Amino acid sequence: MDLTPIWLTLKLACITTLILLAICLPLAWWLSKGRSFFKIIIEAIITMPLVLPPSVLGFYLLLAFSPQHGVGKWLHDTFDLQFVFSFQGLVLASVIYSMPFMMGPIKSALQQLPASLSQASYTLGKSERETFLRVLLPNIKPSLFTAMVLTFAHTLGEFGVVLMIGGNIPNVTRVASIAVYDSVENMDYSAANTYSLILFCITFVLVIGVFIFNKTQAKSPLE
Amino acid sequence: MITINIEKKLKAYSGQQWLKVNREFTDGSITKIYGPSGAGKTTFLKIIAGLITPEKGIIKVDDITWLDTSTKISLSPQKRMVGFVFQNYALFPNMTVREHLEYATKAVGWIDRLLAIGKLETLTTHKPEHLSGGQQQRLAILRALAIKPKLLLMDEPFSALDHEMKRVLIDDLKVLFAELGLIVLIVTHNPQELDGLCSGELEIDTKN
Repeated sequence: MDLTPIWLTLKLACITTLILLAICLPLAWWLSKGRSFFKIIIEAIITMPLVLPPSVLGFYLLLAFSPQHGVGKWLHDTFDLQFVFSFQGLVLASVIYSMPFMMGPIKSALQQLPASLSQASYTLGKSERETFLRVLLPNIKPSLFTAMVLTFAHTLGEFGVVLMIGGNIPNVTRVASIAVYDSVENMDYSAANTYSLILFCITFVLVIGVFIFNKTQAKSPLE
Repeated sequence: MITINIEKKLKAYSGQQWLKVNREFTDGSITKIYGPSGAGKTTFLKIIAGLITPEKGIIKVDDITWLDTSTKISLSPQKRMVGFVFQNYALFPNMTVREHLEYATKAVGWIDRLLAIGKLETLTTHKPEHLSGGQQQRLAILRALAIKPKLLLMDEPFSALDHEMKRVLIDDLKVLFAELGLIVLIVTHNPQELDGLCSGELEIDTKN
């Protein structure tokens, strides 16, 4: 039994979660501060993967990053980077596809914090950055944890988009969800069942973890 | 001394309303501010703190211009550094009583003195959720004083305190206000509760 797809999936989910955390924290903070038409457009783009069929997203990523034309050709020629049928491609696709799962809970939590928290910090002479790091961020910990787990779990289950851009290359792009599909195609129900059961158990434990963590978190006195 | 001459449009059901204040406050003065709900009392304090910008106006503190809409000067709240006691306290749920004061100042002696004035010395490791309403309100006042501001703005600061606690705290604060030479503006719904503390008053009403 080849467990490489499981390790590859976990590696992909870890990298995607960390990258999205780094991208979404400042972005969600910026989006949570007031509204403008430009912000609405950005939010719509981030939300698109929620409603778009994964194969459509995968198809456009495949076109965009094909080493034969456009951006993909430039990346390949300039930096020797290839996003199609490579692990980097899976990471890129996962970051785009899972972004709403990281962005949603963080942005919503930041918006729900009373504006007076930031204002109180500003009147004490603290900068916006210090206010974010020392006042806002510590008070959205449960949502931050939920966002990370949701992103991780969602990345574990990606299929269409990773198949389109990564294909099914053993030890490179053959993640667990594709291994399940591939095993069923080959009538190897035992392997399919093992991969499925492992994915099921991991995601179940993650979801239980979120519930337990959020239940033990003390409520804000402002609630 | 602080000189304020501002005009701010307010949102109201009954059409357009304006908050207009033209007033000077001298050093060491304690002024109570009262008026009907929705008249803009809190907005007035937030304009002074730099949290809201009025349509028109000038705010000068001594010789420094904090706000001048005609020349587009508007100092940030961080530069104005006024002490602000919010109506909902705006305490930080992640910080203990002591951490609130340490966030505002590094002066340990000053923190200890404030804790004694607010009768919170035994609660330094408690987070806001484990404090009563009165204790939270006192902590909000202490945090605002921790930065030793020149100007202290208080929005309904004594509403959650019982009569005895209010009396004791006001007596202690009077000493502290005088020592720091503060200009204090206190918004209240009950002007009588501040008799004996305030040296002046300002009624805010909306002008259509």
